[in-house]
Amino acid sequence: MNRSILLAAACASALVVASAASAKTLIFCSEGSPENFYPGVNTTGTSFDGNEPIYNRIVEFERGGTQVVPALAEKWTVSPDGTTYTFNLRKGVKWHSTSKSFKPTRDFNADDVMFSVERQWKEDNPYFKVTSPNHSYFGDMGMPKLLKSVEKVDDYTIKVTLNQPEAPFLADLAMPFAAIQSKEYADAMLKAGTPEKIDQDPIGTGPFYLVQYQKDAVIRYKAFPEFWGGKAKIDDLVYAITPDASVRWAKLQKGECDVMPYPNPADIDAIKKDPNVTILEQPGLNVGYLAFQTQKKPFDDVRVRKAISMAIDKKAIIDAVYLSTGIAAKNPIPPSMWSYNDSVKDDPFDPEAAKKLLAEAGFPNGLETDLWAMPVQRPYNPNAKRIAELMQADLAKIGVKAEIKSFEWGEYRKRMQAGEHQMGMLGWTGDNGDPDNFLHTLLGCASAQTASGSNIAKFCYKPFDDLVVKAKTVSDQAERTKLYEQAQVIFKEQAPWFTIAHAVQLKPIRKRVVDFKLSPFGRHNFYGVDVKD
Amino acid sequence: MLRFIFTRLSLVVPTFIGITLLVFVLIRLIPGDPIETMAGERGIDPARHAQLLKEYGFDQPVLVQYGLYLSRLVHGDLGRSIVTHEPVISEFQTLFPATIELSVCAILFALCLGLPAGVIAAVRRNSIFDHGVMGISLTGYSMPIFWWGLLLILLFSVQLGWTPVSGRIAVQYYIEPVTGFLLIDALLAGDVGAFRSALSHLVLPMIVLGTVPLAVIARMTRSAMLEVLGEDYIRTARAKGLPRWRVIAIHALRNALIPVVTVIGLQVGVLFTGAILTETIFSWPGVGKWLIEAINRRDYPVLQGGTLLIGTIVMVVNLLVDVTYGLINPRIRYTR
Amino acid sequence: MSAEALETSDVVAQAGAPPHPLVQFWSDFRANFGAVAGLVVIVVLVLLALLADVVAPHSPVLTNNAAFLKPPFWQQGGSTAYPLGTDAIGRDILSRLIHGARLSLLIGIAVVTLSVVTGTVLGLVAGFFRGVTEVAIMRLMDITLTLPSLLLAIVIVAILGPGLMNAMLAVAIVLLPHYVRIARAAVISEVSKDYVIAAKVAGAGRLRLMFKEVLPNCTAPLIVQATLGISTAILDAAALGFLGLGAQPPLPEWGTMLADAREFVLRAWWVVTLPGLAILVTVLAFNLLGDGLRDALDPKLKR
Repeated sequence: MNRSILLAAACASALVVASAASAKTLIFCSEGSPENFYPGVNTTGTSFDGNEPIYNRIVEFERGGTQVVPALAEKWTVSPDGTTYTFNLRKGVKWHSTSKSFKPTRDFNADDVMFSVERQWKEDNPYFKVTSPNHSYFGDMGMPKLLKSVEKVDDYTIKVTLNQPEAPFLADLAMPFAAIQSKEYADAMLKAGTPEKIDQDPIGTGPFYLVQYQKDAVIRYKAFPEFWGGKAKIDDLVYAITPDASVRWAKLQKGECDVMPYPNPADIDAIKKDPNVTILEQPGLNVGYLAFQTQKKPFDDVRVRKAISMAIDKKAIIDAVYLSTGIAAKNPIPPSMWSYNDSVKDDPFDPEAAKKLLAEAGFPNGLETDLWAMPVQRPYNPNAKRIAELMQADLAKIGVKAEIKSFEWGEYRKRMQAGEHQMGMLGWTGDNGDPDNFLHTLLGCASAQTASGSNIAKFCYKPFDDLVVKAKTVSDQAERTKLYEQAQVIFKEQAPWFTIAHAVQLKPIRKRVVDFKLSPFGRHNFYGVDVKD
Repeated sequence: MLRFIFTRLSLVVPTFIGITLLVFVLIRLIPGDPIETMAGERGIDPARHAQLLKEYGFDQPVLVQYGLYLSRLVHGDLGRSIVTHEPVISEFQTLFPATIELSVCAILFALCLGLPAGVIAAVRRNSIFDHGVMGISLTGYSMPIFWWGLLLILLFSVQLGWTPVSGRIAVQYYIEPVTGFLLIDALLAGDVGAFRSALSHLVLPMIVLGTVPLAVIARMTRSAMLEVLGEDYIRTARAKGLPRWRVIAIHALRNALIPVVTVIGLQVGVLFTGAILTETIFSWPGVGKWLIEAINRRDYPVLQGGTLLIGTIVMVVNLLVDVTYGLINPRIRYTR
Repeated sequence: MSAEALETSDVVAQAGAPPHPLVQFWSDFRANFGAVAGLVVIVVLVLLALLADVVAPHSPVLTNNAAFLKPPFWQQGGSTAYPLGTDAIGRDILSRLIHGARLSLLIGIAVVTLSVVTGTVLGLVAGFFRGVTEVAIMRLMDITLTLPSLLLAIVIVAILGPGLMNAMLAVAIVLLPHYVRIARAAVISEVSKDYVIAAKVAGAGRLRLMFKEVLPNCTAPLIVQATLGISTAILDAAALGFLGLGAQPPLPEWGTMLADAREFVLRAWWVVTLPGLAILVTVLAFNLLGDGLRDALDPKLKR
């Protein structure tokens, strides 16, 4: 923990205690500790949530939506060829001035934007390696290849030139990794020999400033009175770090917190009955599935894949594991996504037919296989091991002996990408809401070839691949929809996956919380939220 | 005597180096790596993966890495966490007081109940009380504490609502860490509410972690007392007509305490094991939970540094216990 | 958790002509109510484990998609078909507990056998050869003892991968140093005794000395330690299971069952309470037995 924050906190603490009665406090029972206070090197939603109150981007997603709206940039223009973006920055934006280690002397300007981009982009920037050289999202979004130049035109104008047009570029800039940090602060800390300080004792332009962070215990923020968008409605924002889902619920119930993420599916019924709590609900952009290794015996035979699909009781999995936090999946894309083909019929649960089909495929006495289950809880799959146990029991009934296997999480995914499994569970959360992000990324031939591709079914089926590749080049959405709908029909026929479920984002909040909006990206944003007592 | 201390001391350095080597090698044997683990289902491009490994120095031969590690260690540098990028030592410093606070309270709890119970059991040997204490303490000794913790939560937090479910203090209290021990910090700040909140959070984890030491202390006290009570000087004291309780409290207990204290000292390692489980159940922000998380995330520097620090502490405590024991009781010639 | 710390006893030597050692042992043992109770529980557990397939009303892995989280029969909503209720995916808890007894006994016995055998050999070697061999072995054991046992076990499981066999191996390694120390200490004290010197003079080889002369004379402390070790092994393996690193589903290991049930702590007490109770009773039984054995066997206390 940073001493200076603590000192600052100490000075403020008497104040807090004195005014505790009148201040409006919102407590968020977060699920874990943030990695640090520099979202550029963060990879987890937990960290992004921890940074959200502190920083701004030049553009942001509207609260509760996917629309890109102005933030530190007031407006922008895009050249007709789509390669040049000119941003006009907001004037009079104040930096947080509560840190003991540094007092900002100037407002936000173009230098800060330049610094924040170059820190992730240019290896010769003195800050490139500070905290971590692994700017995951900057790389994942293809920025190093995409950016041709970023120039400061004047103090409040930035010009970005791209190597080729890229439709989602603005949306990329609205992602948490593109947070703007203060160059003045960075320079001062570099001089003082403690550059990493800017990522531990953060100074941002956001609606709240950091008061105290205790790892695995608590993060405290206070509303920043000079925030450019106007002071937040709540005065104190507290993240009470509570890793255990049942405990989060117990705390919410007792009024020890106001908002909790990721409720335990088993507790939903009880939560729904609580008169002081509302559950906000939104279908998630995700899918959980069981992939068959289609290039290995016996799953190279579509009859075997179909047989397994018919032998597993999907409803029981939903009832036992997801409960009301998931809906059964029949297509590889979630129902809220455009081009979702609702006319596709899911394979029926029919062990007898499955047995017959298996016999037809040359396995009258059943077969032996492995069944991989993730070692971790994921948004699209609350308990892979329990699902595996259910599947295993169902499969035993048609004579298929499945051995449950698991590895350390990184290892698990790597081995699956290498195709070491026969059957294995995994899932996907969409980045940008485009079906291509599911159908081509997860099931196209291109990603089946390499050992680092995301197609872990190793599914490469020409008629399917032709459709999804063609859909990539067409710009007309109606035509694309048709292609994707067809692709989903072929997907079901070929059954490279047993589609399990789409998780629903459920957020229990206390009734005193006013105007909290669910983010389609699963993030938590408390600016604009109020509490009433 | 001096020779004894020197022999013990001379073992410290090789043991320490042994720990570093063992821990280092063991951790390198764990499959998977932090970068892959952090990548999630999206995966990571192999070229960038290789570049990052190089950046962290994981591409060099293990022995070279070990050499570099040792040389940094000599300068007091334990490295930085790969996940949070914070120095390992500073993370340890923030989390360790929580573990210490919990452990010390657990030991105090165990002593307060265990010592009197053991003494009374010894004095009233073969009474119902004696059998009761021994039965209960053997049960405590056999307790799977991870389950015990869940049961206590179920009863006191969920059913009765007497104690909080988890954490160290209610979030509305805002105590500036001075010592890192919340109970003391709350008192220093003069905040009674915070003190009570911290105390109420501490009760259940303290009982859970204190259960096994309590059992051990009660049994140890009893048998040590039995031995002492049979000694000549106690009989003499009694014969002199000193009051019975005075004899027990002053003469017998004082001598019986020596082995008891030794056992407590040697329980430090056991206590850490218990702390790992207790902290996991109660979401107690201490080093046990931190290390478990480090293993799950393959955060080598944290795992290495944390294990090393804990190993060192256990070693030092054991050494102190050995030496003081040797000082108090010169008859002991440690041959191990 | 170290079983060594349990060093207490209250059996006092009895006067009179010494009967046959076994008779003496049995009469000492029988007088200890706790030890007999422990033995009875263990016998019952062994029977349950052996006859699990016959006794258990259901298969331990058979799921019933119509009966998730059914409470025990005496509670509302429970039925005698599942006397102790069902777990999250509709498996009979009673059957899983019975089959779990098999696993726990297996863990206890396998782990202790492994570590006693290895530990004794290492200890004998260290005690006999002294010098560099001894220093190397004992230093390694000291280092192992310095690390918190659970932490070390977790690291070993992380290396080998989670699973019942690997968890057993990890626990065996963690327990090893205790046996090495006991064996070595016993050897050192025995070696200087007359009968060993006599055997040496008579020209007995080292191996013969080690295994024929000395080993039988340190069996008593080893047996006691082994019995207590079974309880430690069961506890440690259950702790690993609880952390998700022990036996993997669908194996009905008690610690793993507990880990799996943790999220239901607020809503289904039986899935959390019962496996833990099974662990407690089993571990307690072995500790009682171990204590009784120590009191009855310990020659020091008899003299």
